[in-house]
Amino acid sequence: MGDALVLMEGIDKSFPGVHALDHCRFELRAGEVHALVGENGAGKSTLMKVLAGIYRKDAGRVLYLGQEVEIDSPRAAQDLGISMIHQELNLMPHLTVAQNVFIGREPRHGAPFWLDERAINQETQKLFDMMHLRLDPRTKVADLTVAKQQMVEIAKALSFNSQALIMDEPTAALTEAEIEELFRIIRHLRNEGVGVVHISHRLEELKQISDRVTVMRDGRYIDTVQTRETSVESIISMMVGRTIYESSPELPENPDQEVLLEVRGLNRGTELQDINLRLKRGEILGLAGLMGAGRTEVARAIFGADSIDSGEILVRGQPVHIRTPRDAVAHGIGYLSEDRKRYGLALSMDVETNVVLASFDKFLGALGWVQRAETRSTAQKYVEALAIKTPTMQQRVKNLSGGNQQKVVVGKWLAANTDVLIFDEPTRGIDVGAKSEIYKLLNDLARQGKGIIMISSDLPEILRMSHRVIVMCEGRITGELSSEEATQEAIMTLATQRGEIVADGGTDSNSREAQLA
Amino acid sequence: MTTDTTELSTTATQRRTLFRSDATQKLLAFAGLIAMFVVFSLASPNFFKFDNIIGILLATAVNGVLALGVTFIIVTAGIDLSVGTVMTLSAVMSGVFITYWGLPIPLGILAGLGTGALAGFVNGIAISKMKIPPFIATLGMMMMAKGLALVISGAKPIYFNDTPAFRQMAMGSLIGRVFPGFAVPNAVFILFGAAIIANLILTKTVLGRYTVALGSNEEATRLSGVNVDRWKTAVYALGGAFSGLGGVLMAARLNSAQPALGAGYELDAIAAVVIGGTSLSGGEGTILGTVIGAFIISVLTNGLRILSVPQEWQMVVTGAIVILAVYADIIRRRNQ
Repeated sequence: MGDALVLMEGIDKSFPGVHALDHCRFELRAGEVHALVGENGAGKSTLMKVLAGIYRKDAGRVLYLGQEVEIDSPRAAQDLGISMIHQELNLMPHLTVAQNVFIGREPRHGAPFWLDERAINQETQKLFDMMHLRLDPRTKVADLTVAKQQMVEIAKALSFNSQALIMDEPTAALTEAEIEELFRIIRHLRNEGVGVVHISHRLEELKQISDRVTVMRDGRYIDTVQTRETSVESIISMMVGRTIYESSPELPENPDQEVLLEVRGLNRGTELQDINLRLKRGEILGLAGLMGAGRTEVARAIFGADSIDSGEILVRGQPVHIRTPRDAVAHGIGYLSEDRKRYGLALSMDVETNVVLASFDKFLGALGWVQRAETRSTAQKYVEALAIKTPTMQQRVKNLSGGNQQKVVVGKWLAANTDVLIFDEPTRGIDVGAKSEIYKLLNDLARQGKGIIMISSDLPEILRMSHRVIVMCEGRITGELSSEEATQEAIMTLATQRGEIVADGGTDSNSREAQLA
Repeated sequence: MTTDTTELSTTATQRRTLFRSDATQKLLAFAGLIAMFVVFSLASPNFFKFDNIIGILLATAVNGVLALGVTFIIVTAGIDLSVGTVMTLSAVMSGVFITYWGLPIPLGILAGLGTGALAGFVNGIAISKMKIPPFIATLGMMMMAKGLALVISGAKPIYFNDTPAFRQMAMGSLIGRVFPGFAVPNAVFILFGAAIIANLILTKTVLGRYTVALGSNEEATRLSGVNVDRWKTAVYALGGAFSGLGGVLMAARLNSAQPALGAGYELDAIAAVVIGGTSLSGGEGTILGTVIGAFIISVLTNGLRILSVPQEWQMVVTGAIVILAVYADIIRRRNQ
């Protein structure tokens, strides 16, 4: 443990409509692993992005080695020795590992524009040797697993002589073995005197890796504690603080509820293998798993967005053929994509148009004229029912907040008379306050007799909301847990139950997903 | 350390398999080229003759040089629609320097190259600084260059009758003097020389590295501290310089700068790049592929003409080949 490497005080940051950071504080020492925890939207990433020069702070000051510094660009942060490894990795897949590490400051020889490829490879090899990492610098990044790509990012950060290394949820997409390898390297760096910030909401990791923990909640600094002297339970209570969410809804009273949707033996290439699930009326079914486990693929297959190789889908006990999203909508199934801006909304159109978009046929009169009075009253009905905050029906959807946009998508599917709603990461990118409203909405929908499948990477969210949890790993369902059985640990165990060992350095489903993203 | 070397050798095998799949596309394109040669040679006795082969090579020279420049731009995930008319404008500027102003030929050639580079630079500024989409920016440049070529030349061809050395530069044959009977025009060697330089730039220089990086992940490149705007401008300027070279070759070959010619050349150049396996989504592409692509187009055009296929049908066939080539590439990627 050394002196303060970085000290952030009174940091304030607002985005339109959100007060993301409210007078935040953070201290990082040389030679420590400092965990930064908090629920989604607590402001962890935002605070660290301020430190890494990606966001400009509105107020407050940053001290680096005791000197007040102004960090106005990623480059300025790197020059000081502060590097951040983002959740979505920033690599050029078409270039080699070494070319990625030295992008922007390639060694030259002969002429000022002539690349010294050998030096690039040698220097990268040196970095890898220092990290005790076995990887050929000449491998193309596109051919690496997500875990190995992360190692490349770390090597890149170290090549800047980084004294402070910020890692945003580095373990989110890794398997147990890969996490071990990552932790080995993190410990190695700590022993070399690097200060490491580890952002995570997988609390079981904290005990393994961190020396101190800082907890944030709702954009505020809560406390910093020594990991050794604290329990996971006390960290959780600091994270949650007040209960801003509705408690879990009661299970539907009637135990033999109608089965709304049943999937039998669904297969699709290597992505999905033998998927079976049942969804009852009034039920919220959580679908958990790591990135790339195939959860979204299940949703897309049910919704007819992707073709299936074999399998059966039954709606209210009747076998149905779903080949296109249009078929799915006709059978009362709605899908709310995690990327609602790309797939869920016509952003530049108004609220009214978006609400009636999936059920447009209903509003067409003779000669294909749109019956405006009807679309307006329908939109009005759902705006009121869902408490969508919009000045008028004619407001463009892109001007609404994330939470209200999500509600517009829900309104769209309700207007289309759907009984089964598949929510893919319903609260991603939505701030804390609006989140509880989305949860309330999900509960209301379930109470009204809709069946809901909720895909989420946020374990607390899965635990809080689901009546039942299905866990996936590598395209297979690895287990089903009742709400009583479901714990973070139980879910993580199932989510990392791999079918076969994937060859080291080979391409697996994770890296494929990363490339697609 | 012994374990380290084994590790290196296993990843090297991985690399080789990867290399093989990259090479497959070029092999496929090259095999296609050979197949066309065989088919046309069998179909017509006039195809595989020295004069005709020289004709094909010459026809490829201009389109090939244009396609070299377009390769860089497409690798950045951009597009350049202005190469055809910028070529024309460059030819006109060479004519102005040499014929109108009576300046030395090398200056005229430099004027052509410089005009192209300047037009490309303007494209680059519009795209990187003004954030105009490449399609629109270069569409505007395409029209501007076309208009300027007509204005400057007074819509009349500029002939190089007083400076026969200008035509000789491209159409003469240095190698023919050494090996009489093997009179391959210099223009063909200029194409190959330009291709070698382009390949060195793409694979060995900073500019080439950032060209690939920009196309692979522009945001990551920016976050790595690379001055993305400046390098993107440089890539478009380089592409423009190749258009300028194309213009000089064109003018020398016709012994005149034809201000009305040039529109449509950009599409042939883009087609050559795409047939050569360069991905329109950026990040990958090779000079060798582009050269093969350019040859496929000229062999096809030439062969069909020799078989007396009407010009209209030649277009239909060329278009179909472009679609098939890209489809083959998509299939290959999907199977990877």
